[in-house]
Amino acid sequence: MVPLSYYLVLSGFLFACGVAGFLIKRNIITIFMSIELMLNGVNLSFVAFAAHWHALAGQVFVFFVMVVAAAESAVGLAIIIAVYRTRETLNVDQVNLLKL
Amino acid sequence: MTSSLNLWLIPVLPLAGAAINGFLGKKSSRTAVSTIGLVFSGAAFAWALSVAWRFSVVSLPYQEYIAHWIRITGFSADFALYLDQLSLVMLLVVTGVGFLIHIYSVGYMWDDPSYYRFFSYLNLFMFFMLTLILANNYLLMFIGWEGVGLASYLLIGFWFTKDSAASAGKKAFIVNRIGDFGFLIGLFLIIQHFGSLNFTDVFDKVRPLSTETSGAGFLTAIGILLMVGACGKSAQIPLYVWLPDAMEGPTPVSALIHAATMVTAGVYMVSRSHMIFERAPQALMVVAVIGTLTALFAATIGITQTDIKKVLAYSTVSQLGYMFMACGVGAFSAGIFHLMTHAFFKGLLFLAAGSVIHAVGGEQDMRKMGGLRSYIPWTFLTMGIATLAIAGIPPFAGFWSKDEILWKAFSSEHGSWVFWLIGVVTAFITSFYMFRLLFMTFFGDYHGTQVDAHGHAAHGHDDHGHGEPHESPMVMLVPLMILALLSVVGGLVGIGNRFDHFLEPVFGSGVAEAAGEAASSVQEYLLMGVSVTVAVLGFILAYLLYVSKPYLPQKIADSLGSFYDAVLNKYYIDELYAKLFVKPLVDGSTSILWQGVDRKVIDDTVNNAADGARRVSDEVRHMQSGNLRSYAGWIAAGSAVVLGYMIWLGVR
Amino acid sequence: MFNVHLILFLAFGAVCVAGAINLLAQSHPINSALSLIAVMAALAGEYLLLGAEFVAAVQVIVYAGAIMVLFVFVIMLLNAGVEDRTKGSRVAVLFGIPGMLLGSILVGWVVLRHSGTESVLAGALPGDPKTIGQMLFHEFLLPFEITSVLILIAIMGAVVLASKPPTAPARKVD
Repeated sequence: MVPLSYYLVLSGFLFACGVAGFLIKRNIITIFMSIELMLNGVNLSFVAFAAHWHALAGQVFVFFVMVVAAAESAVGLAIIIAVYRTRETLNVDQVNLLKL
Repeated sequence: MTSSLNLWLIPVLPLAGAAINGFLGKKSSRTAVSTIGLVFSGAAFAWALSVAWRFSVVSLPYQEYIAHWIRITGFSADFALYLDQLSLVMLLVVTGVGFLIHIYSVGYMWDDPSYYRFFSYLNLFMFFMLTLILANNYLLMFIGWEGVGLASYLLIGFWFTKDSAASAGKKAFIVNRIGDFGFLIGLFLIIQHFGSLNFTDVFDKVRPLSTETSGAGFLTAIGILLMVGACGKSAQIPLYVWLPDAMEGPTPVSALIHAATMVTAGVYMVSRSHMIFERAPQALMVVAVIGTLTALFAATIGITQTDIKKVLAYSTVSQLGYMFMACGVGAFSAGIFHLMTHAFFKGLLFLAAGSVIHAVGGEQDMRKMGGLRSYIPWTFLTMGIATLAIAGIPPFAGFWSKDEILWKAFSSEHGSWVFWLIGVVTAFITSFYMFRLLFMTFFGDYHGTQVDAHGHAAHGHDDHGHGEPHESPMVMLVPLMILALLSVVGGLVGIGNRFDHFLEPVFGSGVAEAAGEAASSVQEYLLMGVSVTVAVLGFILAYLLYVSKPYLPQKIADSLGSFYDAVLNKYYIDELYAKLFVKPLVDGSTSILWQGVDRKVIDDTVNNAADGARRVSDEVRHMQSGNLRSYAGWIAAGSAVVLGYMIWLGVR
Repeated sequence: MFNVHLILFLAFGAVCVAGAINLLAQSHPINSALSLIAVMAALAGEYLLLGAEFVAAVQVIVYAGAIMVLFVFVIMLLNAGVEDRTKGSRVAVLFGIPGMLLGSILVGWVVLRHSGTESVLAGALPGDPKTIGQMLFHEFLLPFEITSVLILIAIMGAVVLASKPPTAPARKVD
């Protein structure tokens, strides 16, 4: 008998931690992990609502989110490896060529 | 309906000549250019003669409609021409004297590199002047008015590479413009009160109006404003300052424009508007006062000048003053009569002066001349005749017209003995300085050096460098002789008031003419005698000072000291104008308009706009630092805002 | 009020929270990775409480078992070291942590205040594989197929991006 809002608070807290890590951390890989944390928080929210409204589509959507997260992390880590090869660093402040 | 006189040919023929010479003249030979110039102006003169021949069978005033121009409700003005006795007189004078001067210019300007341009401008001037004279409404006349101002500017500054010539051209145009401003306002008032600018319409509406005796009404305002325009064009006080400077132009220009024709446009305009003036006595008074004062003022300056053309320039201003004096006392036909005779003898004087200058190789200072009568006898003869005419010695032309003016100044109901007295004094001074000019130039010993004859290219026109003054070629002498003949017999048309009667249909409906006839003829002959006496006195004084005792003038000048200096420097009027008007204007323009408006407002607006864009972009570019975390931060901030908004929406 | 459901929820939730905070607190990425794995495991438990069995299984297999393993491999491959402390990081921590806490407290308060008291029953909506599979192949067929294309692209991309750059090609001697 857990109120829905408890789940939502937890989900929001996970999301907030993800955002904080994304902003605070300087290691690229840690930033990526914060992104994954955000996605997880959102997943929890989806599932909670699915249970609340008896809509199974919520869980299916979570499935898709996970697929996309997998694909994204694969490509992202490949990019990180490529950047590491050229820049010799994982400090995101030094990957600053993305500008005009 | 009488058959058409085809008046339009008269202005258009010189226009065609101007166009042909203007566009094709550069590549043409001198002969071709002269032929075109002479043929077209000669044709205009011939046509004017034929018009005069047919004059008696034409119903007057004759109006010829050429083309439609402005037609709006409440106002219309067309390209239409108007002929009556007044315009016929002006027409013959302008085309005749103009043609003679064209002939003269062939000789005078022969060595000038811009030969074709001169004839093009000269023909252009004729076109505008004839438009001015023949127009049937004030607006078309104004076009001619402005056009002759333009032609004058072009011709004064003909040798535009010379700074003084270019400045003189500008001065003429600008001072004229000031007068034109008054003229325009007068025209606006005419439109406002009479709804039209056509002569017939306006004068028909003015005719029944009564004379404005008490206080000034709108007719007085119109009259005074028209007079302002005339002051500009005809070089009266206070707008005469351009005419002496205009002597920078070639001598034929001075003869045609600044003696015979353009400067008389003001007199013509005032005479044409006589109906307005006659009903506005204060305006007439203004005209007379200005004319009289100018006559005296300019004459006094003429006494001291040493440049032969400047003396003639001030003389022109003075004689124009006489014409305005005549108009101002209501004797319009006397003014026109003097205009005609003045065209003859002043034109002759300028042409002869040009011949003198040509003879001595470009020198214009009379102190470097002298004794020329043995070298250039024909020039001396014609110039002598002209001098006798302008001095008012009978039976030459000037006597008849000047005497008529003086008589009318005394006897007319608008006149007074004050005008007459000043006129007589001015006549004395005129005679004096004209004979002074004659004696200094042609009598005594030749003061010019042989070398001078070579080197003075002040006009860029001629250096035969023979080292000795020589007579001008026939092409220059023939016009001199013709004009001399006219100066002798030209005044005879005035005998027995024949000229007056001829112009009576034009001026006769005025109120001023009638009284003069009835005055006693004894008085008239008495006054005639006075004016002849003063003319002779002037001759004697000049002879005394410049032939018998040539040391005297310097002594007199020294004893008068600073007063003499003031007169010599034209009463410092130019300097006064420069200080009062020109300098503040230039300073104001520099500091306010240039520094203030142009630099600060306009330039700075543009510069600051660009600067502002640059500064803003400088700040904003920090957003694209390439730093991933700052991008992340911006994303987070943006999404926080959106989230916050959604929450707030949901909570509301 | 207090029932097993709530206790279990709180237990798993505590692990989640601790793992999340630990992820932020640790300086070495491998520690962050491990705490993330802990978070994911706890989340799987939460999903079970909500009756989403299939999702919980997929979470463990895919997320914790594949993605995080990939992360750990990369961390070890690149030999990522400890993050050094710079002035910027101190500032970020000083402002970021309290900011984040504040934000989440705010959100939490709003949510708790404005939601009703309806509860979610444990296992309210059984998410068994059969039902989910049917949904996948009926309503969500198109997204399903597209995700397979997406995965293919991701594979190719990862292979290309991470492969060793070709050695300098043999120069043609002209």
